Amino acid sequence: MDLMSNLGLGFATAASPENLLFCLIGVILGTLVGVLPGIGATATIAMLLPITFQLEPVSSLIMLAGIYYGAQYGGSTTAILINMPGESSSAVTAIDGYQMARQGKAGTALAVAALGSFFAGTVATLLVAIFAPPLTIIALKFGAAEYFSLMLLGLVSAIALAHGSIVKALAMVVLGLLLGMVGTDIYTGTPRFTFGITAYADGLNFVALAVGVFGIAEILKNLEGDQDRTVLTTRLGSLWPSRADLRRMVFPMLRGTALGSALGILPGGGAILASFASYTVEKRLSKHPEEFGHGAIEGVAGPESANNAGAQTSFIPLLTLGIPANPVMALMVGAMIIQGVVPGPNVAAEQPALFWGIIASMWIGNLMLIVLNLPLIGLWVKLLKVPYHILFPVIMAFCSIGVYSVNSNVYDLYAVAGFGLMGYVLMKLRCEPAPLLLGFVLGPMLEENLRRAMILGRGDPTTFLTRPISATLLVMTLIVLVVVLLPQVRRKRAQVFTESD
Amino acid sequence: MATINKTDAVAGILFVLVGVIFGVLALGMELGTSLRMGPGYFPLVLAGLLIGLGAMIVAGSFKSVAEEMTAHAWRGMLFILPAPVFFGLTVRGLGFVPSIFVTTLIAALASLKMKLLPALLLSAGVTVFCTLVFSVALGLPFRRFGPWLPF
Repeated sequence: MDLMSNLGLGFATAASPENLLFCLIGVILGTLVGVLPGIGATATIAMLLPITFQLEPVSSLIMLAGIYYGAQYGGSTTAILINMPGESSSAVTAIDGYQMARQGKAGTALAVAALGSFFAGTVATLLVAIFAPPLTIIALKFGAAEYFSLMLLGLVSAIALAHGSIVKALAMVVLGLLLGMVGTDIYTGTPRFTFGITAYADGLNFVALAVGVFGIAEILKNLEGDQDRTVLTTRLGSLWPSRADLRRMVFPMLRGTALGSALGILPGGGAILASFASYTVEKRLSKHPEEFGHGAIEGVAGPESANNAGAQTSFIPLLTLGIPANPVMALMVGAMIIQGVVPGPNVAAEQPALFWGIIASMWIGNLMLIVLNLPLIGLWVKLLKVPYHILFPVIMAFCSIGVYSVNSNVYDLYAVAGFGLMGYVLMKLRCEPAPLLLGFVLGPMLEENLRRAMILGRGDPTTFLTRPISATLLVMTLIVLVVVLLPQVRRKRAQVFTESD
Repeated sequence: MATINKTDAVAGILFVLVGVIFGVLALGMELGTSLRMGPGYFPLVLAGLLIGLGAMIVAGSFKSVAEEMTAHAWRGMLFILPAPVFFGLTVRGLGFVPSIFVTTLIAALASLKMKLLPALLLSAGVTVFCTLVFSVALGLPFRRFGPWLPF
């Protein structure tokens, strides 16, 4: 069978000593930044992007992917131990995980989270392997009009999954699109919005934007309070869940995996929504809903499985269509382009080793995480005690070096300060940065495909409606937009997101 | 009299202003037709959209409840933001080693908890680590000491 030989090729690629090493480095780094508050996967990947120039394309993408799911694990560790989710997708884990820790069951909570994530990761990896190839075949039929409509759907879905006000999220997407327009116009060569600075003729640097808006803005936010965290000092307790605990976690794990896999494919941070959805479902199905919020094991197992499954399946749109589902995937697009790989449906056909190697490395990475994390938990706890005022100057040094080394362009460093300020101001005004980054990445592609589609359609805008795939995608976009604007859904959304804060 | 949500009002006004700036600049470029769009066409559409959305946010701010703003990180902004700018200004002239040392030091001063001596030690540590990792091990093309220095 094709799937088997493909997976065989993938494992052969991913299991080479070199790639195993980079996968290991990736997951360790990822766990590290997931544990350390104030620096997330997005900023880390952005900083390390330039370093991956030196590596083979497969190795660099394997390492970056490792950082991504390593950070998910690390985030749940801090959520359980200090009630502070290192990553937004583990916000839900903090609710019951921290309560379990306070009851002296921190070890069990961590083990449940790790086992749930590993199971979900295994299933989701298999799903990616099964569904990615047929999707690439459909994607090869896509023309400019289809791509335009698909990206529109992606941007609108990103809004549906963002925190807070929908209109603000829409405005952030548009702002991102506009920032993406800066640089030379591809058709006429006219410089746009560069204010005469030739260093910006190639467009604003994506790494500078990501580091500024996610990294520096976050540091400024953390400096507002300037206080230290309290780390749980009680014992971890036994690591292994009892037989009864295991029985309680099986079904939440299965449901969480299913929910996460489905929602992860949606653009715009499906992993976060998946963990919320899973928590709500478990609470509703439970015979003891009153236990939720007071250390219910289901409230850890379900959401943890869901967010990990979502993290894996969000690779599907990237690998098949070259369209990023969330900011981290947007950075992966950047990494692929730097390596000379054009993301999109052709990757599977032209570079099978790369395509399947990444998929196989996901499973290997998840295995490494479970083997590494449980014994190393003591070390992560120690790391939590590093005070923030030691941490952020180090982060600033890495940010500066990282941004500069992309193009050796000093203007990128001035831009990073500007974007940091912009990100901080927007954060204060309760505008989420994720839609902005997505808009920035998709902006140039969106415009190019729009212009090409209009030329191909002889200036007739109905071309988007007469082509069946494009029309379907546009209808879906409209449905998403209408649904999120419905009053009931708006209220429900507000409720879900306040529960997390 | 309904309360005004200041966060929303400011955000909305900001979006409108940015939209106007981009819109005016886009009008200065060739717009083209919808068959052959010029460089200004799509940005102008986006700018219009941003102005509209900004106006909607401002309008909505009159109805919603006021929220408390958290403290501003003035000291943070004063020291964190100049750090990468300093690195940009001096990495060529002073060279990588002194430049990253001062950059880290500037950033370290952003927290009141950081005393001068620990800040100097931390910056020295970061400088040694970064030089070893980025310049020696990864071989990134940085001049370790630049032409501004006498040696």
